[in-house]
Amino acid sequence: MEILYLDNAATSFPKPDTVMAAMIAYQQNIGANPGRSGHGRSVEAGRIVFETREALARLFHIEDPLRIALTKNATESLNIVLQGGLKPGDSVITSGMEHNSVMRPLRFLEGRGVELSVVPCSPRGELEPDDVRKALRKNTRMVVLTHASNVTGTILPVEAVGALLRDRPEVLFCVDAAQTAGALPIDVEKMRIDLLAFTGHKSLFGPQGTGGLYIREGLENKISPLMMGGTGSRSEFEQQPVFMPDRYESGTPNTIGIAGLGAGVSFVLEQTVGTVRDQEERLISRFLSGLRDLRDDVIVYGPQDASRQTAVVSFNIRDVSASDAASYFEDNRGILCRPGLHCAPSAHRTIGTFPRGTIRFSFGFFNTQRDVDDACAALRELVKRKGNHRS
Amino acid sequence: MTTHNDCVVLVESVSHALGAEKIIKGAGINCKLIHVPRHLSSDCGICLRFRADDRERVEALLQGKLHFFDIKLL
Repeated sequence: MEILYLDNAATSFPKPDTVMAAMIAYQQNIGANPGRSGHGRSVEAGRIVFETREALARLFHIEDPLRIALTKNATESLNIVLQGGLKPGDSVITSGMEHNSVMRPLRFLEGRGVELSVVPCSPRGELEPDDVRKALRKNTRMVVLTHASNVTGTILPVEAVGALLRDRPEVLFCVDAAQTAGALPIDVEKMRIDLLAFTGHKSLFGPQGTGGLYIREGLENKISPLMMGGTGSRSEFEQQPVFMPDRYESGTPNTIGIAGLGAGVSFVLEQTVGTVRDQEERLISRFLSGLRDLRDDVIVYGPQDASRQTAVVSFNIRDVSASDAASYFEDNRGILCRPGLHCAPSAHRTIGTFPRGTIRFSFGFFNTQRDVDDACAALRELVKRKGNHRS
Repeated sequence: MTTHNDCVVLVESVSHALGAEKIIKGAGINCKLIHVPRHLSSDCGICLRFRADDRERVEALLQGKLHFFDIKLL
C-alpha cells in the first residue's frame, strides 16, 4: 500500500533533494565548528550558517541577517521571547487560537505575576483585530499571536493587528509563524512585527531541530537569553555577549541542520512563496469541495474557504472517534494524519471540539490533486462503511 | 606574514566577519579572513585583513551597515 503523507502541519515531508545534499556536503567536506576558530573549515561552516541567515532575511524582508538568532524550533524562540521578555506586573495579550508553545509559557508566567488576557476568537477561529485593541492596557507589554492556527488553518489578521499597534510603539508584537513561514508572505516591516518566531522543518523544508527568531534592533537589551555559554566570540569575558545573534546562540549549533535549512529556504525563494501558496490553495480548495459532498456525515471546522486558511483542515466524522478514523485511514488507505488535540487545547475549546478533538489532514507543496482525490475517496469509504455498520 | 601595508577590521563575531567580508568583497576590494593576531586581541575569533590603501573605503563601506570595533594597522 502506498503511503499518503497528510501530516505536513506537524512536519513537512518529503523535503527537496537539495536539503539532504546540503547536509551531506557539509558533513562530508566541512564538518567543523562554525565561529570557533579562524581555520578554513570553521570559516566555511560559519559561511553556511551566515548564508542561511541571509536567505531567511530575504524571505521575511529583514534588512540585517544578524537580527536572526537560529534556534532549535519555534517553541524555543517563543520561550526566549516570553520567558526572557515578560516580568511580573507586565500585561500580555494573546488569542484563543494559540498552540501550547505559547499557552504553556504564558500560563507559567501568569503564575509568576504576569497578567494574561486571552482574546476570544469565533468558532471558526477568526480574530477580530478591534478586540485586540480593546484588550490593550496601560501596562500591556506584548501581543503574541499565531499567524495561522495549526488546528483549523485559520489565518489570523497579523497585518491589521500590527497596524493598530503602530500607535503603541512600546507594545512588542510577537508573531508565531510556525505554520506560515514559507507558506504565506511575511514582511516584518509591513506587518510591524518586533519578534518573529519560526520553525525550519515545516514550510521552510529544513530538517527537524532547526528554527529561528527575528528580534528587532534594540530589543536584545530587553529580552534575556534562556541559555548562556560559549559563543566563540568575546571569549575573554565571563559574561554573555549582548549583541545579536550570539546573545541567544550559546553552545555548538546544529550546523548540519542549518545547512539543510539554508537549502530549504533557498528552495522556497526559488519557487517563490506566491507559487507555494497558489499550489496549497488549489489543493485545499479541492479538498473542501470534496468534503461538501459529505456534509451530512462530516463536520468541518475552520473558515472552509481556501483563501482564508493554510493547507490544513480539521474535521470529524459523525459517530466515529478521531483516533478510530485516523487508524482506519492508515490501515486501509495508507493515509498518515493527526487526530486529537494537536497540542492546542485552547484552539479546540474555541471551535467547540475540546476534549473530543478532530482529525486533521494537512497538505503540503509536494501533494498533488490526485492525493486530494484519494483523501476524499478514503473519507467517502469510511462514511459508507459506517453507514453499513449502523444499518 | 604581517606587513605594515595591511590593516584588519576587528569585529564582534564570525557572523560579523562574514558579513563584513561580503560587503567589502562586494565593492571589489580584496580581503581575507584571518585569526585575530594576539597583539591586537585575546579573542579566539577571526578578523578581516585588507590592504592599508583601502582603509578609508572599507571604513566608509562598513559605517552604519555593520558594527565593528576598530580598524588597526597590522
